[in-house]
Amino acid sequence: MQSYRTKIFEIALQLLVERQVDAVLGFRRGTIPMMSQPILISSPDEVDQLHWDSFCSSNLANYLPRRKDRVAVFAKGCDSRNIILQILENQIKREQLYIIGVPCQGMVDRRKVLAALDGREPADVSERNGMIRVSGWNFKENFSRDEYLQENCAICTHRNPVIYDELAAEPTNEQREVDRYGDIHALEAMNDDDRWQHFEEILTPCIRCYACRNACPMCYCPTCFVDESTPQWLGKSIDPIDTRTFHFLRAFHLAGRCTDCGNCERACPMGIKVRQLTKKLEKDIKQLYAYEAGLSLDEPPPLDTYRPDDPQEFIR
Amino acid sequence: MTDKMVKKADLNELLNRLLEDYRVFAPVRRGDITTFQQISAADEPDFSCTNTILSPKSLMLPQSECLFDFTLEKGSDMAGIMREIDKDYSPRVIFGIRPCDAQSFQLLDLNFDTSPYRDPWWVRRRHHTTLVGLGCNVPCSTCFCTSVGGSPFAEDGLDLLLTDVGDEFALQAITEKGEQLLTKTGIDTEPSAATAKAVLACKESALGLMRSSVPTNNLEKHDATALFNADFWDKVQFACINCGICTYVCPTCWCFDIQDEVRKNNGVRLRNWDSCMSPLFTLHGSGHNPRNEKLQRVRQRFMHKLKYFVDKYERGVACVGCGRCVEQCPVNIDIREVVRLMNQFKV
Repeated sequence: MQSYRTKIFEIALQLLVERQVDAVLGFRRGTIPMMSQPILISSPDEVDQLHWDSFCSSNLANYLPRRKDRVAVFAKGCDSRNIILQILENQIKREQLYIIGVPCQGMVDRRKVLAALDGREPADVSERNGMIRVSGWNFKENFSRDEYLQENCAICTHRNPVIYDELAAEPTNEQREVDRYGDIHALEAMNDDDRWQHFEEILTPCIRCYACRNACPMCYCPTCFVDESTPQWLGKSIDPIDTRTFHFLRAFHLAGRCTDCGNCERACPMGIKVRQLTKKLEKDIKQLYAYEAGLSLDEPPPLDTYRPDDPQEFIR
Repeated sequence: MTDKMVKKADLNELLNRLLEDYRVFAPVRRGDITTFQQISAADEPDFSCTNTILSPKSLMLPQSECLFDFTLEKGSDMAGIMREIDKDYSPRVIFGIRPCDAQSFQLLDLNFDTSPYRDPWWVRRRHHTTLVGLGCNVPCSTCFCTSVGGSPFAEDGLDLLLTDVGDEFALQAITEKGEQLLTKTGIDTEPSAATAKAVLACKESALGLMRSSVPTNNLEKHDATALFNADFWDKVQFACINCGICTYVCPTCWCFDIQDEVRKNNGVRLRNWDSCMSPLFTLHGSGHNPRNEKLQRVRQRFMHKLKYFVDKYERGVACVGCGRCVEQCPVNIDIREVVRLMNQFKV
């Protein structure tokens, strides 16, 4: 990670000194362990704030829609795929972007580490040789980073950026033979009642803070349907019907557009497995249209497209 | 006031006694998440969590609550008349509440229980609730209660304070309500000299373990408009994704929205938590939105807690230093950093 950091400083410094971009979008080290904060820097003096480690998991594409300036952005595999989708959906122009691809080793799930610490609080966290070293009041523990990855990172098959102007490191080996849909197969095997019961159970803790939506780089509608007031489509209480409607409709709106970057689940304060909804749709889109979101600038999302050979008859 | 002690092994017996006379709410763990829930058995609570993800605010100000119902039936005598919905105001205990959360209720009293405007639901709930606090032997690294008028063992706002001294809890009644509760538990063991000493040691060591402190001394001196126009807000707001986590986990964010939900001819009037992070919070009927930009919304949240409230009530900041927003913000917007920026601000 140290080598990444050095390279990231160099690239950002050069871009800003040579005025190739107006600003650089990256991360700074967080104020609490295992956390980072997206920052935008526009002066070479600020470059030393830039940071990179296994907790730079926010998807920076979330900060791109409707920008007017020319900006350099550090992009992991998933961030780069979301950038492609945003370009396809006219949220940002390719020529506005200088994409610094960062081959990703998977991001570590802060909550998993915290759960393993079981109430003991980390004071200092560092990384070396694939291990996460955590120390705190009266304890020291080592965790293998591969065992504590975010769930979406553990099954990611696109760790290398798919679009970039420059790479910050050598491409990494892509994971092959991962079972992306183990939990979805289990969902599909349930009968309707059990599946409904399952959805009810996972959504019950929802406090409707909309962090999942706001963390999503593809949720950029100027006014989300849940915030419409004339007419108001959705109740504002925590009535399960309204909560379900929000989650299901949000997931459907992401069909063919979700890259499984995991930003939704990472943001949820209540630990809701919202990716189960989006991943089922991702699987369906893959089966129906042989399409994976955000891999090519030449291929528009299938639900934005009409094709005479559409697999479903009603549309032909 | 009275001091007693109870062996940890006898805590269940104590809770069972309380369950006979009170509705009891306590921290309950489900998976990795601990929240305050009503318990029906003494073995349900889990006191190992220092700060629950959500504060117990919802026990006083539910996230969503039906206040009234009504009918729009033409010709009905009751058409268009709001009828208050009955609620359970039988005595209850919040057992294991942390001192900062108890302090938050006192801050919220300024909003909900101040002449001439008294929120009847808030006032009744406060009146019927006894707060049994649990002091924090090991405060979280994100806790900063001592910077904002509190402390890990602050008694203010509690009726009874428990101190975990290893194999036993020391119980200290603070108010008349606390005395009454203590009497109902039937506990009559006086704390030994060793226990009393251990209590003092806990209090002292907890203060030594506080790792965060933030200066708030200049906030009241600043000119509000100058602070409002400060340059630093642009940096503060950049990472914010405008979700509602900070406002919903916050024990002192009290804003709510009133909504009517009508089905055919019958409806209810609801009060729901609202969040100043949402653009809808300030959207006018005309379509104009005075806080249309993220910067305006982020600034509002901090200015309300750390400046407007300070100026209006002259009782310090509207923050009890629980650190929940610091811990839960997905993009690490840290109120401690914002307080520092605001406090050290120079025109």
